[in-house]
Amino acid sequence: MSATILQVRDLSVTFDVSPRGAMPWTKPLKLKAVDKVSFNLNKGETLGIVGESGCGKSTLARAVIRMLPASGGSVTWMGQPIFDLSQRNMTALRRDVQMIFQDPLASLDPRMTIGQIVAEPLLTHMPKMSRSERDAEVRAVLDRVGILPSMINRYPHEFSGGQCQRIGIARALITKPDLIVCDEPVSALDVSIQAQVINLLMELQSEIGLSLIFIAHDLSVVKHISDRVMVLYLGNMVELAESKSLYSNAKHPYTKALIASVPVPDPTFAKPEIDALLAGDLPSPINPPSGCVFRTRCSKATELCAREKPVAQSIGSDHSVACHHIED
Amino acid sequence: MRTVFEKDKMNALADNLAAMDTVKGRSLWTDARKRYAANRAAMVSTYVLLAVVLFSIFGGYFAQFSNEEIDWAILGSVPEKGQPSIASGHYFGADELGRDLYARVIQGSQVSLMVGFIGAFVAVSFGTIYGAVSGYIGGRVDSVMMRLVDILNAIPFFFVLILLLVVFGRNILMIFIGVGLVSWLGIARVVRGQTLSLKNKEFIEAARATGVPTFTIIWRHIIPNLMGVVIVYGSLLVPDMILAESVISFLGLGVQEPQTSWGVLISEGTGTMQYGTIWQIGFPLFFFTTVLFCFFYIGDGLRDALDPKDR
Ligand code: SF4
Repeated sequence: MSATILQVRDLSVTFDVSPRGAMPWTKPLKLKAVDKVSFNLNKGETLGIVGESGCGKSTLARAVIRMLPASGGSVTWMGQPIFDLSQRNMTALRRDVQMIFQDPLASLDPRMTIGQIVAEPLLTHMPKMSRSERDAEVRAVLDRVGILPSMINRYPHEFSGGQCQRIGIARALITKPDLIVCDEPVSALDVSIQAQVINLLMELQSEIGLSLIFIAHDLSVVKHISDRVMVLYLGNMVELAESKSLYSNAKHPYTKALIASVPVPDPTFAKPEIDALLAGDLPSPINPPSGCVFRTRCSKATELCAREKPVAQSIGSDHSVACHHIED
Repeated sequence: MRTVFEKDKMNALADNLAAMDTVKGRSLWTDARKRYAANRAAMVSTYVLLAVVLFSIFGGYFAQFSNEEIDWAILGSVPEKGQPSIASGHYFGADELGRDLYARVIQGSQVSLMVGFIGAFVAVSFGTIYGAVSGYIGGRVDSVMMRLVDILNAIPFFFVLILLLVVFGRNILMIFIGVGLVSWLGIARVVRGQTLSLKNKEFIEAARATGVPTFTIIWRHIIPNLMGVVIVYGSLLVPDMILAESVISFLGLGVQEPQTSWGVLISEGTGTMQYGTIWQIGFPLFFFTTVLFCFFYIGDGLRDALDPKDR
């Protein structure tokens, strides 16, 4: 593949949580939402990020584009370390990195027409553009995502969820970005609409060479669109692999459990296995298990897993796993 | 035959679609306006209020006397000769000094309405911006800004106002300043609360993600979305202002003669009630209560029309 545009190294995000009944002087508890995650993203590539809700995938994506402060690590965008950028340069960078959101309707300002909404990034980054030029761009991009340009004066509540998501995509596209971060863009939509939106994103990607970071909570959605998939568990990367090899050749017990939990047409099939693989609840990220974070739910956990945290090791090209017992 | 007909129809439809220009959207305002128009009490109140406002602006052209002119012909026998009558030119009668009550009520209405509208407008504008900035920026800025509100709130308002009026003399400007000083506190608090919940909405995050600067976000996204609350609050603040001004005037600290306001007129009216000049309290009181009632119904209607639950 072509050049790497984004490099993430040991990125960590911690939140302060005040314990119950806290006094102003008590030390806040630390919640490790993301713990030393690293990955690269190439031009035109799609990286899927998968994990249960609360595993830190949205936090990770937001920290990567500096929407949330990171507590450690570095992110390099086209050779620039973005955590060192001034506010001004960061604003300039936002033109190249856009985002689309989980709740399509909530991500559009209810008091603005869709024309105004889609034009906002242009207004921000190219304030000198004339009104008619801007209008033409808005119409063109709306047309591209499959919204009639004559609807430009309508308001978000007059559209369906799928249409709203298309409008959100139009807003993200209008500055011709290099990367779009998609935060569970389809999980609020009907299944049939999901496919349409995903196909739209894939078309756009091949047309203009976009890179995507695509977050989802189940593997079936990500499978279709991603070149590579990263599996997160409790803020830790557990497996990162090319999409195909991840499905055929998953190594980490958690990934295997996730794959098994993808609904299959025959409900009697494979069901017992999931229960065996994913027993129990997600532990609290404030007080994560020692050693391997997955050990409380892992069927293969041993004493070593409780003692030492597994580091990600590379097994074959573009496939890394963080587990002590890969071979069994 | 039938197929031909349908074909024509289809062609016409296709032409229509092609010629169709931009569709006009149905904004949340349009919906709210419709709901408001359907509210009978609120609509009646709006018209009545409009009538009072127009009366206070244009009614002066029909007055036979100015508000400070003394009609010597009736002075001394006001209860007998100063009754409201078309013939004498004193449509609303005369006060105990023989001044034309019609002219005085109009002048008083102007002052009271102005205090109400301008006072509420200034308070609401300032309070909205203050609350939105405080809530959106958050953190330490928020704490400092809100503590200031708490401190101002803790000061006994009437006490300070009376002090101001005594020290700096009685004039309208002082009343504006005094009333304005405290009346924005409530709206600032309400707006801050709303802003806190708004700022976690995804469309705000979307604006941040595309790099819209902070104050532009407040101006373009936060404040328009607060308008519902602000308008309702503002419509309830206007009568509050009128009331506050009246109380001050009633205490004898309000606007100075020959200027009047509803409060002054009512205060004078109560003083002379026992001499039988009942009109002297009746007319100002009628305008005063009518306008207050109108505002409360309008506020109610606005709240129903702009109810955030219906969004
Ligand atoms: S390191 Fe141990 S506990 Fe963690 S996933 Fe591997 S086998 Fe399971």
